[in-house]
Amino acid sequence: MKRRLWSFPGGVRLPGFKELSNREAIVPFPIPRFIVLPLAQHAGQPAEPLVAVGERVLCGQLIARPAALVSAPVHASTSGTVVAIEERPVAHRSGIPQRCIVIESDGLDEWLPPNADEQDPWRTPAKQLVERIRDAGIVGLGGAVFPSAVKLTPAKPVDTLIINGVECEPYITCDDLLMRSRPEAVLRGARLLLELTGARRCRVAVEDNKPEAAGALEQALAQVLRDDWAADMAVVQVPTRFPAGGEKQLIRVLTGREVPSGGLPFQVGVVCVNVGTVAAIHDALFEGRPLISRIVTVTGDGVAAPRNYEMRLGTPIREVLEQVLREDAQDMRVHIGGPMMGFALPDDRAPVAKGTNCLLVRAQPAETRPAEAMPCIRCGACVEVCPVRLMPQQLYWHARAGELDKAQKQHLFDCIECGCCAHVCPSRIPLVQYYQFAKHELREAQRRARKAELARTRNEQRQARLERQKAEKAAKRRSRGKPKRDEGAEAAEANGDEAAA
Amino acid sequence: MSDAKPVRFMSGGSAGGTSPALPSAPTVTRVMATVVLALVPGIGVYAWLFGWGVLVSLGITVAAAYAFEAAMLRIRGRPVWPFLKDLSVLVTALLLGLALPPLAPWWIPVLGAFFAVVVAKHLYGGLGQNSFNPAMAGYAVVLVSFPLHLSRWPAPVTLLDAPLGLLETLRLTFLGQLPGGMALDAITSATVLDRLRTEGLAGDAGAALSALPFLEAFAGHGVEWVNLAFLLGGLWLLYRRIISWHIPVALLGGLALMAGAFHLADTGQYAPPLTHLFGGAAILAAFFIATDPVTAAATPRGKLIYGAAIGALIYGIRVFGGYPDGVAFAVLLVGLTVPLLDQYTRPRTFGTGGRLR
Repeated sequence: MKRRLWSFPGGVRLPGFKELSNREAIVPFPIPRFIVLPLAQHAGQPAEPLVAVGERVLCGQLIARPAALVSAPVHASTSGTVVAIEERPVAHRSGIPQRCIVIESDGLDEWLPPNADEQDPWRTPAKQLVERIRDAGIVGLGGAVFPSAVKLTPAKPVDTLIINGVECEPYITCDDLLMRSRPEAVLRGARLLLELTGARRCRVAVEDNKPEAAGALEQALAQVLRDDWAADMAVVQVPTRFPAGGEKQLIRVLTGREVPSGGLPFQVGVVCVNVGTVAAIHDALFEGRPLISRIVTVTGDGVAAPRNYEMRLGTPIREVLEQVLREDAQDMRVHIGGPMMGFALPDDRAPVAKGTNCLLVRAQPAETRPAEAMPCIRCGACVEVCPVRLMPQQLYWHARAGELDKAQKQHLFDCIECGCCAHVCPSRIPLVQYYQFAKHELREAQRRARKAELARTRNEQRQARLERQKAEKAAKRRSRGKPKRDEGAEAAEANGDEAAA
Repeated sequence: MSDAKPVRFMSGGSAGGTSPALPSAPTVTRVMATVVLALVPGIGVYAWLFGWGVLVSLGITVAAAYAFEAAMLRIRGRPVWPFLKDLSVLVTALLLGLALPPLAPWWIPVLGAFFAVVVAKHLYGGLGQNSFNPAMAGYAVVLVSFPLHLSRWPAPVTLLDAPLGLLETLRLTFLGQLPGGMALDAITSATVLDRLRTEGLAGDAGAALSALPFLEAFAGHGVEWVNLAFLLGGLWLLYRRIISWHIPVALLGGLALMAGAFHLADTGQYAPPLTHLFGGAAILAAFFIATDPVTAAATPRGKLIYGAAIGALIYGIRVFGGYPDGVAFAVLLVGLTVPLLDQYTRPRTFGTGGRLR
């Protein structure tokens, strides 16, 4: 059956480089001696540690709990001893170190005994399922690392569940390999999410450059649909065009609906979850396994044998590099994530975290870029490719001129930082970095404004309190009927009060 | 890890946004080089039909423009080599040179280049910052200042008994000397548009135009062959996606629509659209001049309005204005509206309601 598909504006066609790493099956990466688990591997508040240095932990044990609604717990990814809780370099584009729990592995990889009173997920109410998903530390594994439990409790009913297996970034194949090797896990997880969200239909989207993955899913789906699932589920191949896997772009392609500016998918009746996340939810609910590992694509021409590894979270990237680099490789450039939306690894001591989908190691840059970007010649190439229909060159001028309010008015915050504009820019201007900077500045300004507002309110309250106290004192004095002192002494007393307060 | 293999690792300088691992789109230099290449057939045919003057004049313009560019970059403390290498000044110089009559004295292209590069480009902030099309600004200034020298259009060499050789052309351009006994009038001739302007359709041009089918119509002038060659180059630019279709189509459409409407209203007085499309600089304007990224509108709808307005204005100036051709003034005038055009034709941001355009 041919399904109607819509299209999103802009976008670029990119070479895939997928065949580099998608020919070999996923293999487990050896557990390193030291595991470094950042407390913030997710969007939102960092988790709070529940263990102390010197404590022995088991694999799968909860070692840090969520600190807020938008937060996620952290679990030990192998057994061993906590040897430090301190700031360590992490794989983040800012390069700022974060607090991490460091575990020295005992080499036993001993698991926490399974929780016996966990019910059959099919018979568990949605609310409890969501709690179990939260407790398993599951976040969006496509890269956004947003806590899944929050996403799965939309503020209003949805009719469509989208499972995102598009994987539109060049080089990355972890979702591809997952769909090929474990299609049932993806589909079973999706079927459960269909129950959980109350959606009517489920679409598993795969870019049409991954026929093997789509085939594996279709085959598995035919099997399970015939067996027992009465559900409107289908695998849909979408045209290969970056960034087709962007949440809002994919929703548009599959449903024709447009997520409002600044809004969330549920507002158009959709929940969209990455395939890796669905598989992790499956493992958590059906096998009682919290999120302690993920599939990581290790690829690029600096890697001797590019492929996908199942890596324990917290595996230091340096250890990976030491094992995979090509013998003759010089001057490595390591990228976390894809070439379009990823970032240069600031420090190779950083560990693999929940959002680390790809280590892209390049021996030589594809070209020698001019040291300095050329001026913008207003050619408008960026306007043509922007999937959000922004005017990238105008945002750039505003960001450069410090006119951040103007940039915001031109929907700066709708920018998904896909990098299409920078990719086609003939002047090689690092446009996305300007947008990231501008967004950061605006958020900081907002934070400062809130703080100032808070301080102002506090000061007003204090003034009011002082006035009140003064009035009360005066009233007391009058009621005691003391002889009235002279004005000067009273004023001095009031000043003393203020200083004390 | 016993033999302590050094980790050959280099942290990338830039964090995110740029795409270090992908073959990327053409650079400014590549874009400009393609434009220059697209001009070559037109320049070739032009020189073939109109003699050495074309190449001499282009040569002087290019040399002067490069000299001014280098001087201005030095004065402004900018890196000289990367900016000379970007070839944008070569494109400016070629377009200016093509706008100037090939037999003008040497100081005309030099003055034009001075105004284009020093004033219109660098005093406004250099590449990417100029609000006026430098080539057209330079041309407009010399046109207004020295109208007489700007009317020295050569006659096609095929019509001449003794066309000028290279040396004779150089002598004329630099020293103002012609071979013994020759008058300037003998080697120059009025352009199609000149004659339309002065004689109207009642004159020779009109008679020839109305009597003969297209191409033969002004074979004696040769301009249409030059323009066909420029059209070829322009179509190649479209094919290479260096320019988008919006401006050329809108410009030529606007011009043809105006010419067609007037021609239909009074065939005796107004020349047919093909004369307007191929008789002057409209083709060059549509594909090479109005498409200058820096000074053109950037949004798709903005480009359509921008192109159509230039086309309409070219017609207006040619037919009702004071100059035989109106490309330069049309481009400069409509260029003034670009900031407004871009502001009011901004595409609707994804997710902000309404229908997707």
